[in-house]
Amino acid sequence: MEALARSLMNAVPLLAGVPLWAVTLLLIVAAAVVILVFALTFEGVGSLVLRKVAGDIQARIGPNRVGPNGILQFLADGVKLVLKEDIIPANADRLLFKLAPYFVFVGSFAAFVVVPFGVGLIAADLNIGIYYVMAVTSLVVVGVLLAGWASNNKWALLGGMRAAAQIVSYEIPVGMALIPAVLVAGSLSLQDIVRSQGGLLGIFGWNLFHNPFSFFSFFLYFTAAQAETNQTPFDLPEAESELVSGYNVEYSGIRFGLFFLAEFGDMFIVAALATACFLGGWNVPFFHAATLPWIWGNLLSLGVFLAKAFTMVLIMMWVRWTLPRLRVDQLMRMAWKYLVPLTFINLLGVSLWLLVFKGKGIPAMIASLFG
Amino acid sequence: MTVRTDALPTQEMTINMGPQHPSTHGVLRVILTTDGEVVTRAVPDVGYLHRGLEKIGERVTYAQFMPFTDRLDYLAAMNCNCAWAWAVEKLAKIEVPERAEYLRVIVCELNRISSHLIAFGSYTADMGAFTPFLYAIRERERVNDLFEMLCGNRLTYNYARVGGVSGDAPPGFLEKTKEFLDYFEPKLDEYNNLISYNKIFVHRLANVAVIPAEEAVAYGLTGPNLRGSGVPFDLRKDEPYSVYPKFDFKVCVGTGERGTPGDCFDRYMVRINEMRESVRIVRQAVARIPDGPVMAKVPRLFKPPAGEAYFRSECPRGETGIYLISDGSVNPFRLKIRTGSFVAMNIFEKVTRGLMIADIVAVIGSLDIILPEIDR
Repeated sequence: MEALARSLMNAVPLLAGVPLWAVTLLLIVAAAVVILVFALTFEGVGSLVLRKVAGDIQARIGPNRVGPNGILQFLADGVKLVLKEDIIPANADRLLFKLAPYFVFVGSFAAFVVVPFGVGLIAADLNIGIYYVMAVTSLVVVGVLLAGWASNNKWALLGGMRAAAQIVSYEIPVGMALIPAVLVAGSLSLQDIVRSQGGLLGIFGWNLFHNPFSFFSFFLYFTAAQAETNQTPFDLPEAESELVSGYNVEYSGIRFGLFFLAEFGDMFIVAALATACFLGGWNVPFFHAATLPWIWGNLLSLGVFLAKAFTMVLIMMWVRWTLPRLRVDQLMRMAWKYLVPLTFINLLGVSLWLLVFKGKGIPAMIASLFG
Repeated sequence: MTVRTDALPTQEMTINMGPQHPSTHGVLRVILTTDGEVVTRAVPDVGYLHRGLEKIGERVTYAQFMPFTDRLDYLAAMNCNCAWAWAVEKLAKIEVPERAEYLRVIVCELNRISSHLIAFGSYTADMGAFTPFLYAIRERERVNDLFEMLCGNRLTYNYARVGGVSGDAPPGFLEKTKEFLDYFEPKLDEYNNLISYNKIFVHRLANVAVIPAEEAVAYGLTGPNLRGSGVPFDLRKDEPYSVYPKFDFKVCVGTGERGTPGDCFDRYMVRINEMRESVRIVRQAVARIPDGPVMAKVPRLFKPPAGEAYFRSECPRGETGIYLISDGSVNPFRLKIRTGSFVAMNIFEKVTRGLMIADIVAVIGSLDIILPEIDR
């Protein structure tokens, strides 16, 4: 950010008199606003797409009243959520009750900062990008547990406990399944990981096709991440038919809205990480987007990235409306007995592969056969 | 599934499930005592929907009670209508024209299909898969369309009459029925492919809340809940009434297909298979329906002779028995209704011991209770 601020000050003479920290701060705020606006728009559109797709899958129409073909439904929903009365139960722990949605919201939204949307479209290219995402999304569990506890409602408490157990358990396979991508790229930075999948191999440059283990780890990641973000079939914390709606049962108005938005945010983060780590991120197949003029290169790569990420989101929705829900003991068994050992074995496999073949993937080896 | 709870003693928690809860299928209240997620005791508390139907029955005439039977089991109103009509006819020894009996069988079996569809759909929704529910609703709409064609109503039909039915099938009804059957039968395979044998679904239901055959009999379970335990008892076969003996159909029983006989999956599968048998019955009835009147000669001021009668019929949720005592006046002296759902509540506490909260939902769904039947 500071480097950007310096170059901006050099480019615009008007800014020369302003101190560097002020320009940097301004830029940070601007980036945050852009990210927030993007995330909110995504979530609005996401909820609409979700409901439309759900409608198609479920042999019904879906929202079609607000605006042409119902496309303004998410605005109406948002307005409704803001205008609804904000109820805090009499026996709730008021401070924690108010605090909980922020934890969930921040945990979900802070992850957007390191999502590589395009060649140069990243709010902060942290050199520990993946690590940061994992750490920041863990905040969600604190918020969910707080919400469940502070509501002073037994159903909410059960939901909160379930969520805590689930998210903590599934963080291990999620992290372990992402490490292969890190190993291949040799960097924790998401931009580096995406760049390592570019080149002339096209889609075969993706980590997905790098070697059998990385292929496998994509599916492990996707399964575990579904569980970590409480998507069906792992949506136990908010199991509507069992726990009424789980940890957020006592929330109303915009506080509920924050939970709701965070859920979509998580969904997108999972899709974005899957895209960046395994599906080539913003790389345009057989084409080097960075060689284009800045604006076109970024637009093209942004389009490619969003197309991939949205496809992943759609698959998640498809799964969501297809499968029934696991029971809590089955869920835990799946994490500890299957996913955790599998991801470890997988990690070992990738490491050995990289060691034996000196970091080369199968497509690269095949390509070198033909010169 | 039973879970060991002795390893780590914790404080028990009492949770109130219902009467407003999405998965109790109405205003059922279950008082759960749980140890974490494990339910140590689940006591059903019924009575939130009590309307005193039996008492009402003693204050109105026999014909006037017909609309009330719609509210006995609103998902299978036709079956309740016909049960009432058959009971009164048994009391008064009225001979019903054959065409009327055929029409009654057709509507009863169609209603069994639509009722089992709701059972199937809401069960999958309880298990977290919401999509099959809407598929079931889509098919049920077509049954409702048929009934609307027949009697003008879509939920509370009030179609049967003492001595027959309220009206003959309109032109095109039987063809439409056949069309529906052709459309519906392949859908059952679709459901099985879609959800019945889904691994998660099977894991949730198999070996959960097993009711052994002798226990099911001892607790007086009837209908699909009894047959799910492997007891081939069906009033349509074992105590035939109406024109049921003329039809060829099979009594579906639970076989322990994916687990132990009598588990939730068996009770679920019995309902799926029964829909297929109902389709068979309706097909035969539509093909063989005779011409003739649909109403017997019943006097306006209907006074059955003094006496008593007990008639039981196979409703989608088990045996609906109607016990009538007549003192020769225009209204019954005493009316008692026995319903399948109410009886199924007896075994609830026993089978839910040691299950998890999610299983409680599975048990409620697998017993396919409906609250107006429990509380009457």
